Amino acid sequence: MLTKRIIPCLDVKDGRVVKGVNFVNLKDAGDPAEIASAYDMHGADEVVFLDITASADSRDTQLSWVRNVASALFIPFTVGGGIKTCDDFKAILREGADKISVNSAALMNPDLISDAAMKFGSQCVVVAIDAKKRDDGKGWTVFKNGGRVDMNMDAVEWAVKAEKLGAGEILLTSMDCDGTKAGYDIELTKIISESVSIPVIASGGAGECSHFYDAIEAGASAVLAASLFHYKELTIREVKEYLKERSVSVRL
Amino acid sequence: MIAIIDYDAGNVKSVEKAIEKLGAGHVLTSDPSVIAGADACILPGVGNFGDCMDKLRLRSLDSAIRDFVKTGKPFLGICVGLQLLFEESEESPGVSGLGILKGKIKRFPASFDLKVPQIGWNNVRSCKGKLFEGISDDTYFYFVHSYYLDSADPSIVSSKCEYGISFDSSVESGNVFATQFHPEKSSEAGLRVLSNFLKLSGEVQYAD
Repeated sequence: MLTKRIIPCLDVKDGRVVKGVNFVNLKDAGDPAEIASAYDMHGADEVVFLDITASADSRDTQLSWVRNVASALFIPFTVGGGIKTCDDFKAILREGADKISVNSAALMNPDLISDAAMKFGSQCVVVAIDAKKRDDGKGWTVFKNGGRVDMNMDAVEWAVKAEKLGAGEILLTSMDCDGTKAGYDIELTKIISESVSIPVIASGGAGECSHFYDAIEAGASAVLAASLFHYKELTIREVKEYLKERSVSVRL
Repeated sequence: MIAIIDYDAGNVKSVEKAIEKLGAGHVLTSDPSVIAGADACILPGVGNFGDCMDKLRLRSLDSAIRDFVKTGKPFLGICVGLQLLFEESEESPGVSGLGILKGKIKRFPASFDLKVPQIGWNNVRSCKGKLFEGISDDTYFYFVHSYYLDSADPSIVSSKCEYGISFDSSVESGNVFATQFHPEKSSEAGLRVLSNFLKLSGEVQYAD
């Protein structure tokens, strides 16, 4: 049976993992390759890297750490952040990344999704959506630029459009829940999962094992968390054992 | 020397990194003469069936692969690399595959409960043959695909997997091996599969 995936997310800046990771003794706690390998050993099903480097001329640095990760990591990994063109896709995939996640660039130029899907296959095109509940409570609106700019666009409509254009997965982050540790946005996860036929990765809000379960019950194919794992508040194994006890199929 | 066929399709790099990790000599190549001289050959692939066939033909790699397979040296197809070995695919009607093995590639049925593509870790059963030495049934491997193999000859199927339906997740026919899953992305178990393959060419011995 296909298992539900547990995915740690690492923020990378100038080729280094930021926000620290201290769940295991690392020689170099900032090295993306070493941290990712440790997560592989700990049972992660995939790893997502979000490159938050601000400067535009950081492409070489990015290619270099992606290359190092690909040499050390033998589970799939996704790279997101600052990817704007099909050439960017090509360069990063050539270094060994499995998937590319696009957010603002896809909002500004939806054709990027279809062009990349056509060239490299839908399986490597992840559309990341940062969604926030509307003030009037009627649905969710999509933000770009790391949650700074409201696109005033319905999240469900955008997810459906992204799938039509050729996205292979939706990485869905609830801006309301992110960082709260109070659980994923279940309503949002459910409505997006029901609206598209591609896998949805729930993100934002994980604080305890039951939150992962709730997101999966709501329809998520995978669940993503960052600090929870980095600071060893929970291990991936603990989460998986919890899920398994509740008859969720996981790789243990 | 292991030839990894580079035909501008998908992620050859991760296959190369895994072979490197296992310590086998290898070359990334689209040159039919280099392929002919290799001890073993790997056809990776991610992407559209018809597109990949075009790319192979464009570089005369279709005949290079057929010739290589005839030598009896070990050959491994991965993901689309498995699919291309067969006759045709519902992904690209009217396009002939390599036709080295008999069977069709079909699309997963549309169903409300079933997300297509299948993306993620799934367990394989009825594992047999050289690739699965040291690997038990129900081991998880990483899959990414919308189309699956329906082999005409059940005797070459070396593992089965369930995703809505039961499908053929790998084959072994003489010197021809292929997996629908990505061994290069399947952590320890996947490296073991690759190492089992490399062993056939005398390239590496798996360190238990």
